[in-house]
Amino acid sequence: MSTQTRPAPGGATTPAPRTAPSTPAAGSRPGRWWHALRTYRPSAQLVPLLATLALFLGMLQVGGLRYEGFTSSQVILNLLTDNAFLVVLAVGMTFVILTGGIDLSVGSVVALSTMVAAWTLQDGWSPYAAIAATLTVGTVLGLLTGLVIHHFDVQPFIATLAGMFLARGLCYLISVESIPIRDDTFFFLASEPIPIALAPWQGGVVIGLLGLGMLAALVRRRSLRSALVPVLVGLGVGMWVTLLLMGDPALTTTYSVVIALATVAVAVLVLHRTRFGRTVYAIGGSEASALLMGLRVGLVKVGVYAVSGFCASLGGLLFAFYMLSGYSLHAVGMELDAIAAVVIGGTLLAGGRGLVVGSLLGVLVLGTIQTFISFDGTLSSWWTKIVIGALVLVFVVMQRVLTRRQP
Amino acid sequence: MAHLESVKPTSAPAGGPPGDPVVAMDDISISFGAVRALDGVSVRLYPGEVHALMGENGAGKSTLIKALTGVYGIDSGTVTVEGRQVRLASPSAAQEAGISTVYQEVNLCTNLTVAENMMLGREPRFLGAINTRAMNRRARATLDRLGLDVDPASTLGDHPIAVQQLVAIARAVDVDAKVLILDEPTSSLDADEVEKLFTVMRRLRAAGVAIVFVSHFLDQIFEITDRMTILRNGRLVGERMTADLTQLELVQLMIGRELEVLEKLERELDAEDAGPASSEPVLRAVGLGRKGSLLATDLEVRPGEVVGLAGLLGSGRTELARLLFGADTSDTGTLEVSGRRTRLRAPRQAIDRKVAFLSENRRSEGVIGDLSVADNMLLALQATRGWLRPIPSATRRRLVDEYIEALDIRPADPDALMRNLSGGNQQKVLLARWLITEPDLLILDEPTRGIDVGAKAQIQQLVADLARRGLGVVFISAELEEVLRLSDRVVTMRDRRKIDERSNVDVAVGDVLEIIAGDARAEEVGARA
Ligand SMILES: Nc1ncnc2c1ncn2[C@@H]1O[C@H](COP(=O)(O)OP(=O)(O)OP(=O)(O)O)[C@@H](O)[C@H]1O
Ligand SMILES: [Mg+2]
Repeated sequence: MSTQTRPAPGGATTPAPRTAPSTPAAGSRPGRWWHALRTYRPSAQLVPLLATLALFLGMLQVGGLRYEGFTSSQVILNLLTDNAFLVVLAVGMTFVILTGGIDLSVGSVVALSTMVAAWTLQDGWSPYAAIAATLTVGTVLGLLTGLVIHHFDVQPFIATLAGMFLARGLCYLISVESIPIRDDTFFFLASEPIPIALAPWQGGVVIGLLGLGMLAALVRRRSLRSALVPVLVGLGVGMWVTLLLMGDPALTTTYSVVIALATVAVAVLVLHRTRFGRTVYAIGGSEASALLMGLRVGLVKVGVYAVSGFCASLGGLLFAFYMLSGYSLHAVGMELDAIAAVVIGGTLLAGGRGLVVGSLLGVLVLGTIQTFISFDGTLSSWWTKIVIGALVLVFVVMQRVLTRRQP
Repeated sequence: MAHLESVKPTSAPAGGPPGDPVVAMDDISISFGAVRALDGVSVRLYPGEVHALMGENGAGKSTLIKALTGVYGIDSGTVTVEGRQVRLASPSAAQEAGISTVYQEVNLCTNLTVAENMMLGREPRFLGAINTRAMNRRARATLDRLGLDVDPASTLGDHPIAVQQLVAIARAVDVDAKVLILDEPTSSLDADEVEKLFTVMRRLRAAGVAIVFVSHFLDQIFEITDRMTILRNGRLVGERMTADLTQLELVQLMIGRELEVLEKLERELDAEDAGPASSEPVLRAVGLGRKGSLLATDLEVRPGEVVGLAGLLGSGRTELARLLFGADTSDTGTLEVSGRRTRLRAPRQAIDRKVAFLSENRRSEGVIGDLSVADNMLLALQATRGWLRPIPSATRRRLVDEYIEALDIRPADPDALMRNLSGGNQQKVLLARWLITEPDLLILDEPTRGIDVGAKAQIQQLVADLARRGLGVVFISAELEEVLRLSDRVVTMRDRRKIDERSNVDVAVGDVLEIIAGDARAEEVGARA
């Protein structure tokens, strides 16, 4: 969602010009572009996103300067491979936080999902039945939490805290021991390398298509000023990713990454192109208003917890692929990582403002911190926590400042 | 999902238009705890009429509307839509039954775009996916009909409250409704926008829509409405044809007694000699400005003087007020409060220097719904004392009771929750909040918005009294008559700067309009006002 022609705070009203005011430079084409760049003011939603992107790229830059091989294509790709489950969790968490809620149960649901998957497989279920069962358990748990929150008007914090204990307890009910997963399908999904390196000509085609797509996006937009910077950034990121994929002919990834990225894509579509998604934002903006506007507030409020539950169990499956075991003590505190990723990704904790892509970036930032630690060798791992803590603080403060500036 | 129970024919009451009503509410009662907000009220709405709901603040107008649209449940009574008795359980059920509503407070989501706020819930979709471009296009068309030139893709929160109000109206008129309900839609609009709204209303009326219109501006009532239902204290006073009433009769019906205050005030203000003591100004701004919102502006306010700010929406009157209070920070110019140079960076500093500011945006910048009336009133005073020195409870009670009495706040219960008060009464509480701090300078931005005629006169009286006791007042209102009645000096703003300043000796509304409009549009606007 980009804003076009943002009026000055508290200002431009009835006789406001519809297009950007004409300037001396408005005539010539490069002049217009320069003007659009110079006067660009990102919407309150985009500022944190751009900041996170800059942070991520900056961290990679620093890492590349300090450590040999830090910015190699495979290492960067592994940021996704190693955190695919967290990406999926963060997507679900974004839905919930956008409505102004919170879901503390996702870490436990991840553990429960690994348990359900391992247990059903051990019991001789087909892997597909096991996957279906796992996803059902998570979604139903989320749905129940949502119903409690909506119909009994319980604080999301409390209701999902209860869900957190419940899911963790259910794990122990299944088994106190770790259950190994030896299923071939799981094994395949976990470790089958998918070659994704691009040959130079393929890379060229991709970049060409990217350029054309972005140009089309520019042409469709009425306001150059609001579209130019996002399009340029998108083009830059797209080209960077393409170059990464061209950088190493032996580059591979896993199905987990494919699933995680597909989840992000679906979430973006749902949030921005469906009535459900827009209602999520409306509730975050003002629940009372959404109700008076005749929106299906109840349905959506329950729905986001079901979505989060589904994402948690899907994340749990990815985690099971990663660990190849089910264990009650898996993913302790992972809900906090997910929340941190969402916050660093620029979503407002009060709801109503934020982007799923931001949460993806947030996860990548968290992953980069971990990579730093493992590359360095001398730093102990609790530095991760310290840095994450500091970052969350910085981003929350930044959001406060941004929202206060709002007219 | 209107649940149909039985078919009940309703007959047109004497004096009503011919034909059957689209909506008939019979004998409706609603209580909130001990408060009986509605007591056996009946209303009939006919196709092709503009129907006014009249009554003082707290009379039950908004409650009646919310009962019809399914926000509140009904304790007893029946609702009949097109001859069928229905029970509308939620706002969405009401929408499906063809009832489109603009509620009193702007109930939109400021984080979404203008277009989304207008179309949410009925966006054009293709295979379940929202077609943003088609949505923006349709929003654009509706906005054009209202003469509102804002970008549908801009964020709603970036626009001032009046534009938001217009967007709420646009949302309601965008659907093909049988019944359109407008609860104080004009409270923050200027004459121009009101006229555009009326044009749209007339067209809808001609198309057979039944329109409910609530407003405390009697001129507007007499201009646009055909019939009215009058409420007092939650009871039905009567149903009248607008043409059969004079303003005075209407006011008497509303408040149940003669309105002496207003006349008394007129007399007193007329008798009063303009031109206050020429002492040291309590506020002096020189070249005060802020990029994008106000060009360098000078302003002086002396003790005992009421300075009125006139100007259209977006002319910079609110922006100036916000700079004077430090709600926004200025980039240029200097500010002196009581002779001391200051730079106001935060409202806190202004409050410390005994400047008070009643914001036009009561919903987001004033009302704290979950606190009691007393707490809301004492908030600013407590802030000036610091949180470590609580106000003694005897003082609290005395102050709160005093102002509830002085402003006639209803219910007169200090412990009532703020959000349960009617719109006008909330406004009075906010005014009390600032009066309690006994400021030297009082900046009032639309202080009488949503306040009924009787109370409006009381508040004007109060402001005049305060000024007589030496308070400097900056008074902003979209209602020019009010500005002229109260001010000693009138400052006119246009295009984000001051264009005129004159002392208010026999300044007429037409004069100011002429200044505002420049010369070309003067006659056109003047003819309307
Ligand atoms: N939710 C509620 N809980 C308790 N009391 C309420 C509630 N809503 C309204 N009331 C009371 O019902 C009465 C009628 O309020 P209502 O909002 O209908 O007045 P109104 O006629 O719209 O006034 P105004 O002109 O100020 O908008 C008031 O006394 C108000 O305090
Ligand atoms: Mg009302």
